Amino acid sequence: MVLNSKIPEGPIQQKWDNHRFNLKLVNATNKRKYTIIVVGTGLAGASAAASLAELGYNVITLSYHESPRRAHSIAAQGGINAPKNYKNDGDSIWRLFYDTVKGGDYRAREANVYRLAQVSGNIIDQCVAQGVPFAREYGGMLDNRSFGGAQVSRTFYARGQTGQQLLLGAYGALSRQTHLGRVKFYGRREMLDLVVIDGQARGVIARNLENGQIERFVGNAVILATGGYGNVFYLATMAKYSNATAVWKAHKKGAFFGNPCFTQIHPTCIPLSSGYQSKLTLMSESLRNDGRIWVPKKAGDKRNPREIPEEERDYYLERLYPSYGNLAPRDIASRRAKEMCDKGFGVGATGLAVYLDFADTIKRNGKAWVEEKYGNLFDMYHEITNENGYETPMRIYPAVHYTMGGLWVDYNLMSTIPGLYVIGEANFSDHGANRLGASALMQGLADGYFVIPYTIGDYLATTKFAAIKTDHPEFEKSEKETKEMLKRLVSIKGKEPVDIIHKQLGNVMWEYCGMARNESGLKKALDLIPQVREEFWRNVIVPGSLDGFNQELEKAYRVADYLELAELMVIDSLHREESCGGHFREEYQTEDGEAKRNDEKFAYVAAWEYKGEKKWELHKEPLIFEYVKPATRSYK
Amino acid sequence: MNFTLKVWRQKDRESRGGFVSYTAKDISPDMSFLEMLDAVNQELARKGEDIIAFDHDCREGICGSCGLYINGRAHGNQSGVTTCELRMRHFKDGQEIVVEPWRAKAFPVIKDLVVDRTAFDRIIQAGGYVSVDTGSAPEASTIPIPKEIAEEAMDAAVCIGCGACVAACKNSSAMLFLSAKISQLALLPQGHPERKIRVRNMINQMDKEGFGHCSNTYACEVECPKKISVTHIARLNREFIRAQF
Repeated sequence: MVLNSKIPEGPIQQKWDNHRFNLKLVNATNKRKYTIIVVGTGLAGASAAASLAELGYNVITLSYHESPRRAHSIAAQGGINAPKNYKNDGDSIWRLFYDTVKGGDYRAREANVYRLAQVSGNIIDQCVAQGVPFAREYGGMLDNRSFGGAQVSRTFYARGQTGQQLLLGAYGALSRQTHLGRVKFYGRREMLDLVVIDGQARGVIARNLENGQIERFVGNAVILATGGYGNVFYLATMAKYSNATAVWKAHKKGAFFGNPCFTQIHPTCIPLSSGYQSKLTLMSESLRNDGRIWVPKKAGDKRNPREIPEEERDYYLERLYPSYGNLAPRDIASRRAKEMCDKGFGVGATGLAVYLDFADTIKRNGKAWVEEKYGNLFDMYHEITNENGYETPMRIYPAVHYTMGGLWVDYNLMSTIPGLYVIGEANFSDHGANRLGASALMQGLADGYFVIPYTIGDYLATTKFAAIKTDHPEFEKSEKETKEMLKRLVSIKGKEPVDIIHKQLGNVMWEYCGMARNESGLKKALDLIPQVREEFWRNVIVPGSLDGFNQELEKAYRVADYLELAELMVIDSLHREESCGGHFREEYQTEDGEAKRNDEKFAYVAAWEYKGEKKWELHKEPLIFEYVKPATRSYK
Repeated sequence: MNFTLKVWRQKDRESRGGFVSYTAKDISPDMSFLEMLDAVNQELARKGEDIIAFDHDCREGICGSCGLYINGRAHGNQSGVTTCELRMRHFKDGQEIVVEPWRAKAFPVIKDLVVDRTAFDRIIQAGGYVSVDTGSAPEASTIPIPKEIAEEAMDAAVCIGCGACVAACKNSSAMLFLSAKISQLALLPQGHPERKIRVRNMINQMDKEGFGHCSNTYACEVECPKKISVTHIARLNREFIRAQF
């Protein structure tokens, strides 16, 4: 199979406009004859479902939450980018496009990124009209701030809860369509398989999480908006339910997986404290706008940070990157923190933390100013660590936060299975090897509000559909396989609870496929992962019944999929013999420790095709940079 | 730290529930309340026993999934936090802790500590939005909004829909939840075209769901993890009266 990215012809500024004109339309009165299944109701899923229902399609949405409002998009804090240039500081669609391609370390598809930058302004318009209470200036105009990796102020925000407010906006739009009967929402349903009939994605198998029943849903197309797979690492900032099962099942049914090794480690998380910790908590990197990051100049300095004089502190980001300073992109800020700690300069009880200090800002602008801007983050920090961030510097450490990789999609956001679309974090698309701050919300909503409503129509208008009902043999088969898998899990009756084995996998991944990777470590991981997998299938214990609410069972089948996906992440990581963005291979670095790309050999998307147990075939989509010429990323 | 837990166990919607005692051993004061329950569950799982079911997801106080009634207080005894943010350091070593689900007619128990809060979704579906189709929005800067109005709207919009207000209220009233959305959209010009029909429809739906009425005890404000003020209920009442004319 040859990958066809379907990038439209013409100059980049006109590609999307031309393409929209060339896409076939579904007649308004025919739209209700098509059923679209949307899995996931975060920013991407909710905005897509609402927009498609507004157009007149018959929409079914599934979520493993009781309500769409609980999706993990809600936890995004910092903001959403749009080049409105309200600050008159030289921003433009072109600059956002340029920043995103460069920030992604030249591993994203130019045409997609340009479109993203183009529609991002419409997102702000849409959200404001919905009543999203973005921050305002005294004159009543929308406020903007600058954000990690950008030199202009283009980030719109709603205190530290931007994701929440945007999701509630999309949830409102979805609720309106639900009320009008155009969307049928199925809560507490988890997709456990994709049904492909005659080469087309035609339905899903889902488990009703309340009563354990296996249910079948049939439609003309399926949209996965199921988020990222960072929980492979066990400890991550992802919500506990966030998982890879939907995308993994689709992968095993023929959807290629793009760049699985591209994971993002976020620099400003609260460090691990106790041995028993269920997840890590992120603090918005907007903190880096006003906080200064430092470690003591003397390794192992255990003094109270307030007693360490200015000249004995190393503000290492400001020292290494004078022009970006504390705002250097996430991958760089994270890696430098790890490096400082590895060299023994780390602080706190574990030595795995660096200081984020607001003393200068408080001196300059007053505590009230800091409180208004970041109050909720300081409160959060206090509740978790029992320390007062206004009086003593906060401690931060990087944590897994986002996955740039995901199912491969073409320009229309369709995967390699016809009729299967993948949007938001679940696809591999726009962020290349590293995502810039405030770009995840932008991409989720761009895909849902302004891309998929156009592109899916073309597929529906140009495809012939056989009349299929849920009693089709493929549904029977999928349901049977799903039930067998679940039965197998509860019948192992071993000794170790799911979390224990999940942690083992997480340790392997963090150690060997985390912030820095090397060949021997990755090979070791390839030895260890099958051992953990074997341990799981031999020794896991899943109590409770199949036909009822069973949270251990839910965890178990999710972990079963991580155990396979983890291996592909390592394989991808091993094959990419270069460093780029979040993928840092220790063998490939410059003299001063920066990532060293290899554009001649690796300027492509690695799209992996599943070929049966533990076998994958690599397909390459070459990346051609016509407008933003690859250069060494410099933030100095 | 060690604790004795008295936890509400209930097999499903139809079954009768009851309290069951458990011990939580070697708990670190830095653990969250849910991590403490994780530890108890891990022991139960190891013994092949059905674990204690509770809703949770983000574990950073924003998704609104978690919500436990802890020693008679919604989200426990600390102000401004959800159950997932609550740390064990706020309890005394050896203490007995009673853990119950939200108790309200409109929130039926699904299992153990998990309740069905879809009534909240139906209230929002009745009108908790601005009717604007994708694509029909004007340029964002054409709607200037005074900063203090935007801030007040945001004070209401921070509601996470956890249901603590209902659980804390002796009447199981959903007025604080409802007022948060009504207030947000009544303050902002975008919400004005539909303000009358919105408040009428949402109130009707709230009554249909079986929530009680507000008798101004302010318990909701005390227990709200996002510290939403009862002044929004006052605004809701004004909006409702205004909608009658």
